[in-house]
Amino acid sequence: MENQFQSIDPQAFILGCSAIGAGLAVIAGIGPGIGQGYAAGKGAEAVGRQPEARGTIMSTMLLGAAVAETTGIYGLVIAIILLFANPLVGMLGQ
Amino acid sequence: MNFSVGLIKEMSTMTEGITEAVSEAAESGLNIQNHVLCSDFLGTGFRITYTTMNTWIIMGVLILFAVIVRIKLNKFKAVPESGFQNFIEAIVEAMDNFVGSNMGEKYSYFGNWFFGVFVFILISNLIGLLGFRAPTADLATTACLGFSTFFLIHFMGIIKGKKEYFKGYFEPFPFWLPMNIISELATPVSLSFRLFGNILGGSIIMGLFYTLPAYVKVGIPAALHIYFDVFAGCLQTFIFVMLSMSFIADKIPDETK
Repeated sequence: MENQFQSIDPQAFILGCSAIGAGLAVIAGIGPGIGQGYAAGKGAEAVGRQPEARGTIMSTMLLGAAVAETTGIYGLVIAIILLFANPLVGMLGQ
Repeated sequence: MNFSVGLIKEMSTMTEGITEAVSEAAESGLNIQNHVLCSDFLGTGFRITYTTMNTWIIMGVLILFAVIVRIKLNKFKAVPESGFQNFIEAIVEAMDNFVGSNMGEKYSYFGNWFFGVFVFILISNLIGLLGFRAPTADLATTACLGFSTFFLIHFMGIIKGKKEYFKGYFEPFPFWLPMNIISELATPVSLSFRLFGNILGGSIIMGLFYTLPAYVKVGIPAALHIYFDVFAGCLQTFIFVMLSMSFIADKIPDETK
């Protein structure tokens, strides 16, 4: 069992773990999904109740949805950094 | 036993395929580090990236358009006759109204700044359709835009809000000051990361799609481009400008006072 672990290439191990980490980071997308759905649903309700205020409701809804999206984007950025610009591999040589 | 060995082999070939696709996508300019066009420009030591080049192209196009409009401005009449004048007046008026309705009529002169930002981000996002790498898919560009908004927020806050601006840091309680400072610093970060993440995410998905076999690349990329480049690009441009306006409007006093 010990030999097996010793035979793992450290770079490959870090890359594999980073890929798992990237996958976990994108779970952050659940929150914005719920938030944006909520914003869109409430926006549709508001337009149904007051169709003449469509423009204002639309821009307010987009603003709210954009703010709700932020945390998901943070997760995405971390996943992208882990996949394409991994800072952990560079630490191996030191 | 044989089955499991076969399965492992199958899986390893599958993962090899995916790794190849990802590394190809990374090589085709999607890698956020490795997109340097020329590491030493004409021996001057400047590093030229695709972002720099594409930003210059966009700036060139915009400056050319502005010069053309300026030359034609001399021929403009009080009552528009040409379609060109109508078009220019319509977009300028639309922007002034947009800013005026969000920040108050008194501050509609911000339309000058936001129109430039709007057009720059819009063209940056849409340039992906022509096969260029979008400059907004680089954190340097979006961080610049985010920090110019940050500067405007606090500059306008200090010269217009005066005492109220500084009082705002001690609300709701005086010891809430560190939290207020952190939330002010988070504003440009979230602004720039939102734009960057959306555009880069879209371009990575497009790059991965283009590494697929040829028979799935008929027609489907067009739909994906419409969603990721046109729809997301326009929406993110709108959101960036809109959020910048509401952040600035938060710091300046209402015109009713």
